[in-house]
Amino acid sequence: MDYAITGTIFTLIVFVVFIGIVIWAYSKKSKSGFDEAANLIFADEDKKEKRESGTHE
Amino acid sequence: MSEAIQVHPDYNYKVVRQFAVMTVVWGIIGMSLGVFIAAQLYWPALNFDTPWLTFSRLRPLHTNAVIFAFGGCALMATSFYVVQRTSQVRIFSDKLAAFTFWGWQAVILSAVITLPMGLTSTKEYAELEWPIDILIALVWSAYMINFFGTMIIRKVSHIYVANWFFGAFILTVLVLHIGNSMAIPVSLFKSYSIYAGAVDAIMQWWYGHNAVGFFLTAGFLGMMYYFVPKQAGRPVYSYRLSVVHFWALISLYIWAGPHHLHYTALPDWTQSVGMVMSIILFVPSWGGMINGIMTLSGAWHKLRTDPVLRFLVVSLSFYGMSTFEGPMMAIKTVNALSHYTDWTIGHVHSGALGWVAMVSIGSIYHLIPVLFNKPRMHSIYLINVHFWLATIGVVLYIVAMWMSGVLQGLMWRAVNADGTLTYSFVEALEASKPFYFVRFLGGVFVVVGMLIMAYNCYMTIRSKSEDETVRSDAEAQTA
Repeated sequence: MDYAITGTIFTLIVFVVFIGIVIWAYSKKSKSGFDEAANLIFADEDKKEKRESGTHE
Repeated sequence: MSEAIQVHPDYNYKVVRQFAVMTVVWGIIGMSLGVFIAAQLYWPALNFDTPWLTFSRLRPLHTNAVIFAFGGCALMATSFYVVQRTSQVRIFSDKLAAFTFWGWQAVILSAVITLPMGLTSTKEYAELEWPIDILIALVWSAYMINFFGTMIIRKVSHIYVANWFFGAFILTVLVLHIGNSMAIPVSLFKSYSIYAGAVDAIMQWWYGHNAVGFFLTAGFLGMMYYFVPKQAGRPVYSYRLSVVHFWALISLYIWAGPHHLHYTALPDWTQSVGMVMSIILFVPSWGGMINGIMTLSGAWHKLRTDPVLRFLVVSLSFYGMSTFEGPMMAIKTVNALSHYTDWTIGHVHSGALGWVAMVSIGSIYHLIPVLFNKPRMHSIYLINVHFWLATIGVVLYIVAMWMSGVLQGLMWRAVNADGTLTYSFVEALEASKPFYFVRFLGGVFVVVGMLIMAYNCYMTIRSKSEDETVRSDAEAQTA
């Protein structure tokens, strides 16, 4: 196979994988895990550090 | 200070403190060097006819000092802090952390010594000679093992998105550094690249643009994804968007390098691929910027009272501006006007002073009180003064360079009816001179801001700790 064919195949694979990532990221299944992850920055706080409750999504 | 009164005794804050303090120190040194060489362009006599004070030797020292010393220390401080706190575990190895700190300072000191001596590999942003390159590879490997080691032993199931960005930055920079620095040494201080001709050029800008993409972008986006939500007191606007942002950014950036080599010996198709990839990069860049800024939706009022948050949010505005400008400048026809002019310098500083420096400064202002166990920074007023000095300085700088750059581009390409050049090079240089003074002035604003920051940090670190304040208040009440 020459460069053009391998290049085309690689581009297509990357494109399909990327679409897969978008579908996975925006699927309902990921929501709860993502909410948990998004709140990790506040998870180890002691009382002195303040935060607001609620998420945007 | 006493270790016993730490809020989180299980985290290694020592290495974070060391890097945070050195961020401010190297920031002042690197930016002052920038102001000095900007002054040399306006008053050429300032090189004092001394070889090691010439622009050609101090310019790489300036870029190395601000990118790798200031930016590097800021990235190492914040990445070690964020990975520990979001993994809820102490750093993987204290010894490797200490090696990373002292090793990195040794790299910077060797740059401070060798670059003014004129020892250089001549590769932009990779000027250091081969023995220092080997030291960089060792220190960076220790940094990588420690960062990923901490992520592996984490106490929580998720890897927070900031750590993905930091991880990509650390891994890619090692690959770029080793790939581009491959050289054959001929003596202790001289080596020749193993690449030749156009291959050498594209290796250099594969490295160079990804130093921008991974060192100056992905790393600082990691910073942004922790400190913006943390300082705003609310989670990031969309975690989903941050995941897509990550994968899109890292899969696109790696291809953008050829836009540094438009209209050169590089094959034409490679230039076009680089141009297209650079234009597409606009999308993830703005996705990330919007994600950061929208984190404040519903909390905009905080910008009125919190200058630290203002630093972080304005850094994102500059990020948005320069990631619009960058793809535009990568278009070949625009590049035909902008390349080799001061416009490029303006673009770089809108990214470096506006985005990279401001997000680092905001993060350090957030970190200093936490790391040294103080209730807050010594003076919020002085943070605000710094904010305005930095903003005015950056705007003066980039507006001056835009005007000078476009003027240069137009004068260089102007031709008479008979095909001869309308202007000589010196005429274009004379036209740029006033803008060089404005650039110098902008730089002075930025450095004065950094000096105020150093004073503010020093006073904060020297002030009473949170527990001591409580104790003295109690004593005052009983007395």
